[in-house]
Amino acid sequence: MNELVSAVPWLGKRNPMAARWLIIILAIAAPMVAMLFGRSWVRILDFALLYMMLALGLNLVVGFAGLLDLGYIAFYAVGAYTFAFLASPHFDVHLPFWVVLPLGAAFAGMAGIMLGFPVLRLRGDYLAIVTLGFGEIIRIFMNNLNYPINITNGPQGINGLDSINLFGWDLARNLQVTEDFSINSLFLYYYFFLACVVGSIIFIQRLQISRIGRAWAAMRDDELAAKAIGINTRNLKLLAFSMGATFGGVAGCLFGAFQGFVSPESFSLMESIAVLTMVVFGGMGNIAGAIVGAFALALLPEVLRDVAVPLQQTLFGHVLLDPEVLRMLLLSLAMILMMLLRPAGLIPARARYAHPENLHRSAAK
Amino acid sequence: METLIQQILNGLVIGSVYALIALGYTMVYGILGLINFAHGDVLMVGALTALQTMMFLMGVAPGMSPIAMLTIALMVAIPVCMMIGFTMERLAYRRLRNAPRLAPLITAIGMSFLLQTLAMIIWGRNYHTFPQLISTTPMQPIEGVFVTPVQIFIIIASALIMIGLSLLVNKTRIGRAMRATAENHRVASLMGVDTNAVIAFTFVIGAALAAVAGVMFASNYGIAHYGMGFMPGLKAFTAAVLGGIGNLGGAMLGGIVLGLVESLGAGYIEHMTFGFLNSSYQDIFAFIILGLVLIFKPTGLLGERVSDRA
Repeated sequence: MNELVSAVPWLGKRNPMAARWLIIILAIAAPMVAMLFGRSWVRILDFALLYMMLALGLNLVVGFAGLLDLGYIAFYAVGAYTFAFLASPHFDVHLPFWVVLPLGAAFAGMAGIMLGFPVLRLRGDYLAIVTLGFGEIIRIFMNNLNYPINITNGPQGINGLDSINLFGWDLARNLQVTEDFSINSLFLYYYFFLACVVGSIIFIQRLQISRIGRAWAAMRDDELAAKAIGINTRNLKLLAFSMGATFGGVAGCLFGAFQGFVSPESFSLMESIAVLTMVVFGGMGNIAGAIVGAFALALLPEVLRDVAVPLQQTLFGHVLLDPEVLRMLLLSLAMILMMLLRPAGLIPARARYAHPENLHRSAAK
Repeated sequence: METLIQQILNGLVIGSVYALIALGYTMVYGILGLINFAHGDVLMVGALTALQTMMFLMGVAPGMSPIAMLTIALMVAIPVCMMIGFTMERLAYRRLRNAPRLAPLITAIGMSFLLQTLAMIIWGRNYHTFPQLISTTPMQPIEGVFVTPVQIFIIIASALIMIGLSLLVNKTRIGRAMRATAENHRVASLMGVDTNAVIAFTFVIGAALAAVAGVMFASNYGIAHYGMGFMPGLKAFTAAVLGGIGNLGGAMLGGIVLGLVESLGAGYIEHMTFGFLNSSYQDIFAFIILGLVLIFKPTGLLGERVSDRA
């Protein structure tokens, strides 16, 4: 939160308290503002929150532990498909949300450990390729496991997933407050996802200043030195992997339930790269960076659709680059230029010992 | 038996293409310790540029002989790819040489997607038919085994290129400079080697190989499109790791072995898994091999370099 607060332009440094309230109010009011532009924008905000969770999880792996994971979306897929298997008409299993969510998280975490084992001893660049390969394998299986036994329903994906049901309260239905006032289901999802994101932020923040988080930072900055001072780098890498994967799995479950269907198309390499760009763009190793990056880049395609297309039409008379191409172009340029010009990202992570008081607090425990 | 011979033949063909691509990876890795993710996409640019040139030539001089046309197409595609390789190194990788190790890697991924997007803008999203200039009519040297002239051409051409490259690296002055730079940048530059030029040269040579491989790949499958470089790039990287990254002979061996495993695997996977998995799983063999090599012999078949530089 503090990082996010000080990232608020102008206000952040002068009046942190005001900046803090500004963020809170913005977060709460965002869907209402978005509603003014149409319901689809609220939906986009919901997705932006899911991307934030993904970016937070990937930031744990890439930013904190310094392990480049290019197949991160695979864990998202594991979560989403777990939900699809256990809460949809596909196998006619309808387990409650609170059962499926931990299962999805656990499966994704296990997938993370499974992937972690072979790559433990490897340098960052091998890791990148192996994780990329893992992402592709998962996608190939999702696409082809409809024969001879139909498990994933192939490229068509699985339809009709159950919605999120919080103790009998179905988020997919509009909440009827009074007779003529109801809260749209998209709002309900927004606040639920917001709660999840806030929970993740708190968890990750505590994690970062904990013994584990500091060990990760040490490992990231100098693995040999970290080993020499007695850090078990193997276990910590595994932990980073599985913990990042767990976040991906949770986000995947939420995604499946929110969207109502899953298909391999949603889990392409491009998505992995997009999430990575969010982390890189915002600032690796920095919670605020991941959030700002995710928010900016999740909104980008929609903004492009609404702005770039009419702009091109007025400038050139026709659409030269469709929004999807433009998005890829901007993402790839963002990655290259960020690395060349501002490698620490939009909001650079602070030096590790910028909060000595936090260190004392966690040491005193 | 026919299936076995057929699959071995197919494996050799695709394996030699992998080997050519893997050489580019392994040379750059040997010198910079960088995985040039965009290498596969240079291949794609090579193939599509060649395609464009052929289309142009067919329009201008319809009666031209196929061999001449192919030669001209290569003569255009190779310099274009060399330019791309040079530009990438010059504008991006060179500035990041002393950056934290994730930075060049992320830049390389960005580069790869940038090339794909640009290709998508120039050539569109469609699959293009790649003109089959060398005959694809299959011959039957053995009853039941088919081989096309394109395949023979690919095997012979890649063998020649690999011999040429070995001579370049082992017998020439610039080759010695490359080996010295791979050993130790600073000492090499103290010995009077212009390491910047050597590194740029390595990128250029790798890109040229990728251009040739791209034309081969597209001729073999008869199609080209903006995303075609991704999979062969990834597999060629696997081949480079399998052979021992940084080792030229290893890249060649790894490419061939990977090609063989992949095509034999695709041919027999249905029998092996009792019909549960079919040949649409062909692509996973490369990754399984990659995983196994990295677990059991991270230095690869011929490599001495330790995987962990720390």
